[in-house]
Amino acid sequence: MMKQYILRFTFYTLLFSIVLATLSTQFAYAQDNIPSDDEVNEVAKGLYCPVCENTPLDVCPTEACKQWRDVIRTQLAEGKTKEEIEQYFVNYYGDRVLAEPPRTGLNWLVYILPPVIIVLGAVLLFKKFQVWTKPKVTETASNQERGDGSTSDKYISQLEEELKKRN
Amino acid sequence: MSEIVERKSVPLWIQIIIWLFIAGLLVVVGTTLSKRQQGSIRPGDKLPDFSLTLFNGYEFEEQSKVSLSDFAGKIVVLNFWASWCKPCEQEAAELEEAWKFYNGDVVFLGADYVDTEPEARTYLKKFQITYPNGPDLRTELSQMFRITGVPETYFIDQQGVLYYVKVGPFVSFDEIKSIIEQKLQ
Amino acid sequence: MFAEFGYGVLVLSFIITIYSGVVAVSGVRRKSVSLIESARRAQLLTFPLISISSLTLIYLLVNNHFEVSFVYEVTSLSMPTYLKITAWWGGQAGSMLFWSWLLAAFTSLVTLRNWDRDIEFLPWVILVSAITLAFFLFMIVFYENPFSRYWLVAGNVVESMFKPISQATIFTPDNGRGLNPLLRHPGMIIHPPMLYLGFVSYVIPYAFAIAALITGRTDDRWIRITRRWSLWAWLFLSFGLVLGGRWAYDVLGWGGYWGWDPVEIAAFMPWLTGTAFLHSVMIQEKRGMLKQWNMVLIILTYALVIFGTFLTRSGVLSSVHSFANSPIGPYFMGFVSFTLIASVYLLIRRWNDLRSETEMKSVLSREALFLLNNLLFIGILIVCFWGVIYPLVSELVTGSKVTVGPPYYERATGPLFAGLLFLMAIAPLSAWGHSTLQTLGKAIWKSILASFILTIILFFTYTQNPYALLGFFLVALVLFATSHEFWRGTRSRQKAKNENFFTALSNLMMRNRRRYGGYIIHISMALMAIGILGIELFQKETQGTVAAGEALIIGDYSVEYRELASWDVPSDDVNYTRAVVDVYKNGIYLGQLYPRIDYFYDAEQTMTIPGQRSTIRDDLYILLVDWQPVSSVGATFKIYVNPLVNWLWIGSLLFLFGIIFAAWPDKETQQENFKSTHSVSQTSAAD
Repeated sequence: MMKQYILRFTFYTLLFSIVLATLSTQFAYAQDNIPSDDEVNEVAKGLYCPVCENTPLDVCPTEACKQWRDVIRTQLAEGKTKEEIEQYFVNYYGDRVLAEPPRTGLNWLVYILPPVIIVLGAVLLFKKFQVWTKPKVTETASNQERGDGSTSDKYISQLEEELKKRN
Repeated sequence: MSEIVERKSVPLWIQIIIWLFIAGLLVVVGTTLSKRQQGSIRPGDKLPDFSLTLFNGYEFEEQSKVSLSDFAGKIVVLNFWASWCKPCEQEAAELEEAWKFYNGDVVFLGADYVDTEPEARTYLKKFQITYPNGPDLRTELSQMFRITGVPETYFIDQQGVLYYVKVGPFVSFDEIKSIIEQKLQ
Repeated sequence: MFAEFGYGVLVLSFIITIYSGVVAVSGVRRKSVSLIESARRAQLLTFPLISISSLTLIYLLVNNHFEVSFVYEVTSLSMPTYLKITAWWGGQAGSMLFWSWLLAAFTSLVTLRNWDRDIEFLPWVILVSAITLAFFLFMIVFYENPFSRYWLVAGNVVESMFKPISQATIFTPDNGRGLNPLLRHPGMIIHPPMLYLGFVSYVIPYAFAIAALITGRTDDRWIRITRRWSLWAWLFLSFGLVLGGRWAYDVLGWGGYWGWDPVEIAAFMPWLTGTAFLHSVMIQEKRGMLKQWNMVLIILTYALVIFGTFLTRSGVLSSVHSFANSPIGPYFMGFVSFTLIASVYLLIRRWNDLRSETEMKSVLSREALFLLNNLLFIGILIVCFWGVIYPLVSELVTGSKVTVGPPYYERATGPLFAGLLFLMAIAPLSAWGHSTLQTLGKAIWKSILASFILTIILFFTYTQNPYALLGFFLVALVLFATSHEFWRGTRSRQKAKNENFFTALSNLMMRNRRRYGGYIIHISMALMAIGILGIELFQKETQGTVAAGEALIIGDYSVEYRELASWDVPSDDVNYTRAVVDVYKNGIYLGQLYPRIDYFYDAEQTMTIPGQRSTIRDDLYILLVDWQPVSSVGATFKIYVNPLVNWLWIGSLLFLFGIIFAAWPDKETQQENFKSTHSVSQTSAAD
């Protein structure tokens, strides 16, 4: 009788220990999942400190920034992606935490205006090249500046110029 | 054939564009400058109907989002704070004391400025704060009030008009009380 | 007493400056030579006066007169004397005085020249200088007074120049607040003066341009007079920018040299138009073209200088660089508006008279390529300008604050800079007036081939990154094509003069300093590009917390944490926390590095100083980071490997040499001037 009790006791203790051991290795496994500093920095690099000016979150030394990096670390551990973390920061602190304005509404101007102006400038420049390298007939030049594109008019005014000179 | 080079002035439409651009630039920069120089909003300003989303557990009468209009007829004390703000700790207990003292007749709201929720909750628990508190989402409130730092407290009267601004921590419960008494008749 | 003296002299300078401006204009009206001469003398007088005032301020700084508010704000007992002197430009009020001193110095220098040929410019140059100087002095005298003092009035400390009420007494704090620790670094000592030198020097070409517009003397006389000024202004500005980058790299602790911060960009923008201007005036000198455009460029450059200064000092831009909020904002705004409006108005009025007669022969001629160069620079300017202004626009229109950061700038300016590299390679090979695809092709095909081969080699040995390869290809093209120019010139001189190679090379360069100095500058830019490509495209970083004895691995390097020590230095009021790390590469021991954290008690600020190991190949850059509390048990390090970054600094040294070489007068300067003014002949590629 005693022997049976001892056996049973030993059996359950062993079972319990095995279960406990298995569970604790699960905990250890979860702890190994703490995101590394590099992973945190990878996300922090693309975010800007909401309080200090123009300082990315990975280099910002303030207390507040440390807390934000911890937030990033926690969220990474929960399995959130970089985009989800960025969205969380935007919801909390506004668009200014992003390194670039989000491509919505008025902000499209940021991305569109410079290329448009540069292309316009290039077009202007090449038009000037055309004017400068054309053979010197002043009527041609002034016609182009007036935006007149038809060649027959150029021809006619050239003729008129010649006629004027003959008279 | 002799070269007749046309002497033309700058075409009018280009002139208009240039002057418009300069005007626009000066307007943008000038307006920004005057905004920066303005400082925070001043007593006497009527306030837009702002709203505050509250933390879980810090709701006001079951509502998790409150607006200024909800409190028409009551004095509202809006306090900007942050868990990383050391001076804020000096006044935290006094604010909670005042909230309890007025027992709902005066509304105390806490706006958590550029903070993280875990740290904010730790702070609130530490000072056993019970009045409605929420994060200043997207820093919209602090921008609206143009705060210059934390802590700052804004006293709004029963008609929704700002009547007192306190920059920095309160020194005592009596200080808070005396400001409230100004409008409590 | 000294403070009052310094202030009094400043007020006197202000009055004399106004006098010189008013009298100069009145002298023109009344056609009175003696009035103009009086104005000139008054302007000359401002320099010694402002110097006296500045010396007084330096005296106060060095002798710890903390009752003077500026001295309190920027010095402290623990600062060494040389830092106290440089604190002169360490705060808003003092740096405005520094600006004024430089302005007075340069305008006096220019006033001392021989005016016989250009006497009609004189009154207008005086006027422009006087208006600018008067503006700065006005702000100092009334709003940003470095001599203002602390007084005790009924128990409160009040700031005022003169005694506020009769019972007030001077209040002298025990110690000053001290200069921001970030500014207590050799780089930081030279960087602001260099920038200011660059900014202020541009006033002179601008003044002459305005004088040319007002008097109607729109030939290139104003350019010839100010050519050296523009070059030196450009030198100082370029160097100021490079020094800023070096300082940021050494001291700021984020492993970078340029952050695309709005205030950095505000200093960068005048450099862009200044560089465009430098090239564009050569076209005007050689071919008589682009008179209008050159006017636009110099006005833009100066306007950007003033606008940038305004943005930095007024608090409009929030940045790590900006000064604290100041009442001068609105006045500065007025000055900027006035400058812009007046300049543009004058330019539009004179637009006709600036038209040039010569036309361009070929799209591949040097003029055309210079114009393309200008287009690219203006393109970069537009990108930068819009990036700085847009956040203000967004805040005004939508109320939402946004950040326009590095991704925007890098993506937008990258291709433009690449285009500039390409132009740097081919433009020196093109001819003034006439060039065809054949002539250019003949000149460059060898360089293209060599660069291509080099790129293939790099592809197999170094990297497959397409951007890097394109960048290296262009850099190689610049290096090969420019060296080829040196080679060709030397060889033909050798044959002609029968000299040996080095004599020929030396003589070739000495007799044509501007051209070959320019080539050296192009080469230095290519070298700097190597550094930039390296650090931007190949930077590696890692961060980790290690216990003593453990190591962090990055690339081929292993960094082992040895020990940590922390100690105070009371005389400097500083606490040093210094880590010792062993560095190994591929298992081989390289040495030790000492990253540290300095904490300054008086300013309550921290500085992280990296431990650096610099070689041609790369920089190993180690920071002690305090994410976790630093202790001898465990410390957190952030390590960067920055490949090729030292080419950036090597290139900048060569750049300095190149500009000085280019700016130094030739032996044949006189003859050159004579030739150029009397003929606008077609010349071939060999000048």
